Amino acid sequence: MLHIYCPYCEELREEEEFHPKGQAHITRPADPDACSDEEWGDYLFFRDNPRGIHHEMWVHAIGCRKFFNVTRNTVTYEILETYPMGEQPRFTAEYPEGKPADQLNDAQQEPSRQEGVHV
Amino acid sequence: MSEHTSATTATGINMYDVRPTTEVPAESPLAWSYHHTGHPGVSQRSRVVIRERAMLGHVVLRGGAIVLDEAVRQVLGFGLPARPNTLNQDPSGERSAQWLSPDEWLVIVPGGEEFSLEAKLREALGDAHYAIVNVSGGQTLLELEGEAATELLMKSTPYDVHPAGFPVGKGVTTVFAKSNLILRRPAEDRWELVLRRSFADYLYRWLLDAGQEYAIGVDD
Repeated sequence: MLHIYCPYCEELREEEEFHPKGQAHITRPADPDACSDEEWGDYLFFRDNPRGIHHEMWVHAIGCRKFFNVTRNTVTYEILETYPMGEQPRFTAEYPEGKPADQLNDAQQEPSRQEGVHV
Repeated sequence: MSEHTSATTATGINMYDVRPTTEVPAESPLAWSYHHTGHPGVSQRSRVVIRERAMLGHVVLRGGAIVLDEAVRQVLGFGLPARPNTLNQDPSGERSAQWLSPDEWLVIVPGGEEFSLEAKLREALGDAHYAIVNVSGGQTLLELEGEAATELLMKSTPYDVHPAGFPVGKGVTTVFAKSNLILRRPAEDRWELVLRRSFADYLYRWLLDAGQEYAIGVDD
C-alpha cells in the first residue's frame, strides 16, 4: 500500500482513498479548429509511458475530493512529491534529484486562485 | 405551500423547507434498521454505546473561505475552521462547522434550524459567489461512546484513531468498513460518525457486529 500525501488535506492518507487519473499537465489546444487531425489525436488519445519519473494526476476520492499532481517513479513506485493543481513539479526526468534553487523560483509561480479559497 | 415553508431571498433564490412542520411523520434513515435488525440495549457490560442523533440540520457550504467565514460568524457566532480536517463548535456543542475540502464545509445544527440558517446565510452573503445545499435528508449522525470506542473504530477504518493522531476537534472524511463516512471527535470521550443515508443500514449492522465483543448497546 502506498501512503500518499494529499496537498489539500495536508496529511498522509492510505492509497485506498485515492484514484489515479492519468498523465498530468496535458493542456487542451487553445484553438481546436486550427489543429491538424494528428495534433488533436495526440491531445485526445496519446499518453506518455516513461520508464522512471512520471507526472500523474490523482484524485482524493474518499476525502477532500480534489485533484492534485503526483511525481512518481514508475520503476520503484516511489512517490517523489505531490503538489496542487496549477503548480509545476520540482522533480522531473531532467532533474531527478530536484530542480536547483534558481530554476525553482522561475518555475514556481503562484497560481491565481479564487479569492479566499486557499487559506 | 404555506408561507413559512418557502421564502425568496433578496438575491431572488427560491428556498423550500424540505421538512416543514406538518402531520406527515418523518423517520430517520435508521428507522427500518431498528425495526428489522433490532437494537441491543445498554447493559452493565457494555463498553461501547451507540446513540443516533436523528433529524439534525445538515448544510453544506461551498465558496471562498473568507466570505463564508464572515457570514457564518455573523449568523452562528463562531467561525469556520481554517485548517484542514478540523471542527469548530459553539460552547453547547449543538452547532458545529467542519472542514471538508479547501472550499467546502459541513454545518450541523439542531433539527428545524437549517431552513432559517440557510435564509440568514444567504442574506449575509449577498451576491458573493457561493453555494448552500441542505443535505439533512441525505445523512444522519451516530455518536459512539465508551472505553472500547477507539478499539471498535480501529477494526473499521484504516485511519489512525489513536488519541495522539486524532485529537479532540479533528474530523476527517475517510474509508470506513469498505464504505466512507465523516469521522469526528468533538469531545474527549465521544466520537461522531456522519453517515450517508444509503449506507446507514449497512454501517449500523457493521457497528453492531463489530461491537458484539464489547457488548455494544444502542441508547435511545
